[in-house]
This record gives sequence, structure tokens and C-alpha cells, in this order.
Amino acid sequence: MQHLIVNGIRVDDTFAEAFGMRATALGITAPTLPWARQAATSMSGFGTSVIGCGAEVGIDRDLSADETPDGRPGVRVLLFAVSTAELQKQLQNRVGQCVLTSPGSACYAGLETEETLKLGNALRFFGDGWQVAKRLGNKRYWRVPVMDGEFVCEATTGVTKTAVGGGNIILMGASAETTLAAAEAAVAAIHKVPDAIMPFPGGVARSGSKVGSKYKGASASTNDAYCPTLKGKGDSALDSDIASVLEIVIDGLTPESVGNAMKAGLAAVLALGPQRGALRIGAGNYGGKLGPHHYHLKELLP
Amino acid sequence: MSALVLTLRQAPAQRLDFAPLTPNQLAGKSEAEIAAVPLNITRERMRVGDLFKLRMGDPGEIVIEGGSDRFDCVGCAMAGGALRIDGDVGAQAGRLMTGGKLTIAGNAGPWAASGMKGGTLEVAGNAGERLGGPLAGEMAGMRGGVVVVHGDAGARAADRLRRGTIIVEGKVGSHAGSRMIAGTLLVGGRAGPLPGYLMARGTLVCGHGCDALSPTFADCGVHDLVAMTLLADFVEPYSTTIARLLRHSWRRLLGDMAVIGKGEIFYPPV
Repeated sequence: MQHLIVNGIRVDDTFAEAFGMRATALGITAPTLPWARQAATSMSGFGTSVIGCGAEVGIDRDLSADETPDGRPGVRVLLFAVSTAELQKQLQNRVGQCVLTSPGSACYAGLETEETLKLGNALRFFGDGWQVAKRLGNKRYWRVPVMDGEFVCEATTGVTKTAVGGGNIILMGASAETTLAAAEAAVAAIHKVPDAIMPFPGGVARSGSKVGSKYKGASASTNDAYCPTLKGKGDSALDSDIASVLEIVIDGLTPESVGNAMKAGLAAVLALGPQRGALRIGAGNYGGKLGPHHYHLKELLP
Repeated sequence: MSALVLTLRQAPAQRLDFAPLTPNQLAGKSEAEIAAVPLNITRERMRVGDLFKLRMGDPGEIVIEGGSDRFDCVGCAMAGGALRIDGDVGAQAGRLMTGGKLTIAGNAGPWAASGMKGGTLEVAGNAGERLGGPLAGEMAGMRGGVVVVHGDAGARAADRLRRGTIIVEGKVGSHAGSRMIAGTLLVGGRAGPLPGYLMARGTLVCGHGCDALSPTFADCGVHDLVAMTLLADFVEPYSTTIARLLRHSWRRLLGDMAVIGKGEIFYPPV
């Protein structure tokens, strides 16, 4: 693999290959920021990959009290799925089980688009006839009586068809500790980029996958070319100094937000340097034939 | 282009129908055509030019200088633009309005905003009986838009309200929010006897209590509701005093239990 050397770190001359997705956004508020985060965290649970979870879900950022409709602290959550129907199902189930249930929560649209998904319009039935609709200007809210008062939920939220899933950077380091330090630096930087999430645990995936498997019925399997315990294999992508590999996967509401997130992640890892962080940075692709969005690392360098 | 200004020459000798004098109906008309618009409802002819001195301008914004409680149906079925009247109006101001802004500097008569569907009606003075209410035989009253009355309103304000928001900064007469279907009535002052009489659904805020509360409303205790913050934020551009009033705890009364009992009255906590 050809590479550039930036701040002592090898950057592969390759690209991340990403796919079009459907996405929506929500604002979740609560009496305190920790409780808003709790609702958002529960809702994001088991939302790492559409392969097995139905949706990829994550926290975009915290919302201050003056950014939310009800003047309470909140959190912005993004949801990604492969179809509008699946996104609707995931949204309804996740908000119904994780936000409606969370103490003091309220839930608002985080995206304004012509086409909409049902939010309160689907959850209102929990009110068993005691739910109340309020139209205020061009917004419509449902008030559902619950045991700590009322769950306020906007009737609908927007949906975008131009979201992008699967932007990524692959971090390769001399040890598990330094590679994880590089990943943590990237995650912290990408958290500051609006309209993008990292759906894997803590933003990091250690089991990157390739398409296909030797076994029937498995659509994906371990990315053996990047497994350090197999690096003696002829088709390994790893150099002899690499002992650990971690991947940051990024979903964004727009192609630009994914590019900005990758850029921020790259800059943070490069700034950390090879001693404390990664020795080499790569990106995952499928030869460029599957996904329409190609993010070349050399174009995203700081 | 400046506004079309109509200046009253003298008080009219009969009740008049102002329904033809809206921005949407006057659009594209010349000064002579506007002056020839009939307003009379008796056999005695009364045209705009007979009653008013015209200063031609954009009919999208109409200013009427002078008013009378004989001016009925001002802004009736108005669909857009602005209409401002610097005095009193008669019955049915803003009836069936669908858009635009109607401003009345004086008092409005009965059935203001009757059957209104959209837009904004602002009354600087008082409004008469059945604000937003239906005429006899109609199933529903106001069904959209915002009404702001800075003074008081008469009996049966928001009668059969179906959707939309009515804000009365002062007092309201008896049976405020009677037979409400849905929607919101916010009263800053004290309400007369029996607010929410036979209301099915909807929200009625009695900012300073009422003269007699029906026993068919069930006390649900005092609450701090997120919905009140949303309502206060929505009301803020129309009335800062009501918005401030809404931002505290309220006693929620469920009723009217004489009917389906899914409406609510918000009452001062004590």
C-alpha cells in the first residue's frame, strides 16, 4: 500500500467507501442533562450496525436549555436505517421503549423536512384516550399522561434520504494501549462535528468486517487482513510493527458531515503522533464498486 | 407601495356589511372600483366612496381611519394581507378569516372571530359575546388561527372552539369555553361563573380564577407541565403578560364530567 507520512504517521493512499442511508434526528429533553443523556443512551443501545440492529443510533451532541423547545437541557440523537419503513419502525420502538419510559423526558423533531416520520402520532396511543393534542403555530404536540406527569412528544419528525453511512478510518498501532489512545482522540474530536455519529461502542469498532464468509448464511465475517494475530499470512494488510487495529465508523446526515468528521478524526490522530497513538491510518472500502461515496484520506488531511 | 387608507367622513346612518373590504377582495381594483363597492344592507345605497375619503395605495394593506359599532363583518373571510381599523367595529369581525392580520384599535362586537380558520385577529379594546363562537345552527366555532383581546371578552368566549388559540388579557363573562371541542382559551383576568360549561376537550386557563366553578370539574392537583412552557413560548409574541402568567405551576381540573370530561381547566394553585 502506498502511503504518505504525516507527523511520523503513515497514511495509506486509500479511501473510505460509504453508502446512502435514510436518517432522522430527535431532540430529547429532561429536567437535567444526565437524565436527557440517559434517555438518549438507552435509545442508542443495540444500535451499532444495520446488519444486526435494524438501525445505527448515536448521540450527536448536547443541547443547551436555550436550544430546546421547552427550555430544558437536552440531547440530539441521530438514527440511520436502510429504508424509510425500517427507520419508522426503529424510531417508534426505540422512542416508545427508551424515551417515553425515561423520567421527565420529552421528545421533539430534530430535522425539518417535507416528508415526515410519525413520532407522537405513533406513540399517542399509549395514552389510551387520555392523550391530548396541541397545535401551536405549525407545530403539533401530543401530551400523554404518564406516572410522573406528562410525556410531551412532537407529532412528527423529518427524514432525509441523502444521509451517508459507513464513513470510516482504520487506526493501526504498535500496541493495544496506543491504538486505543488514538481511537479515543479521534472519537473526542468527531463528537464536536455536527450531524455525525459514531454508532459503535464508545465510537470504536474492534471487529471490523469484510463482506462474505466461508460459511453459508453469514453475510459478513472478520476482516482477517487486518487481524494482527494473522499478520504472517500472505494476504495480510498489516506491517510487522502493527499489533492492534481499531476502526471508527461514521454516519452523517449529509455527505459533507461525514467528510468533516473523518477530517476531524484524522487531525486528532495525527496530532497525537506515532509514539502515543497510531503508527498508520487506513480506511475501509470494497474496491469502490458498492458505495457511491468515496472519501480519500489524502484529501482529508489537515 | 403605501397602504390603502380609508378615512371616515361621518358616522353611518345604518348598519353596514364590511365583508367586501378585504385585501383579497380589493386586489387588482382601481380607486374608482373600490369607491363603488357597496356596503349597505338596507335599501339606502351606501358605497365605500360615500362613507370614506380614499387615499389609494396597495390594497394588500388597508387602513380604516375611524370606526363604528355599526361596521359589521369587518375582515370577514379575509385570506391574507393586513387590515387595520382605528376604531370600534360591530358584529362578526374576522368571521371565517383564513389568513392575514386584522387589527382593531377599539372594541369588537359579538361573534368576533366566529368560525375563524387561520390568521391573526387582534383587538386592543374589548370583545363582545361569543368570541370565536359559531352562529346559530353551526356545529363548530373557531377552528384555527390566533385571537388576541387586550381588554375583556363577553359571555361564552370560545364557544364550541375546535382548534386555534384565543387569548384574552382581561376578564371574560360567564360560561367561557362553553361546549369547547378542542383548542385553547387563555384568560389573564377573572372568568365569570361556570367556565368550561359542557366542554368536551380542549384547554382553558383561568389566570385569576372564576366567580363560580362547576362541580363537574375534578381536581387533579397542582403540576409543573412541560406543555405550559411550550404554550408560553408560543404566546410570547402575542402577549407577554399571558406568557409570563403561564410560566408557573397550575392546578389541573378535568372536565366537564357532565359530558366526556376530557377537557382541562388550569386554575391558580391556591
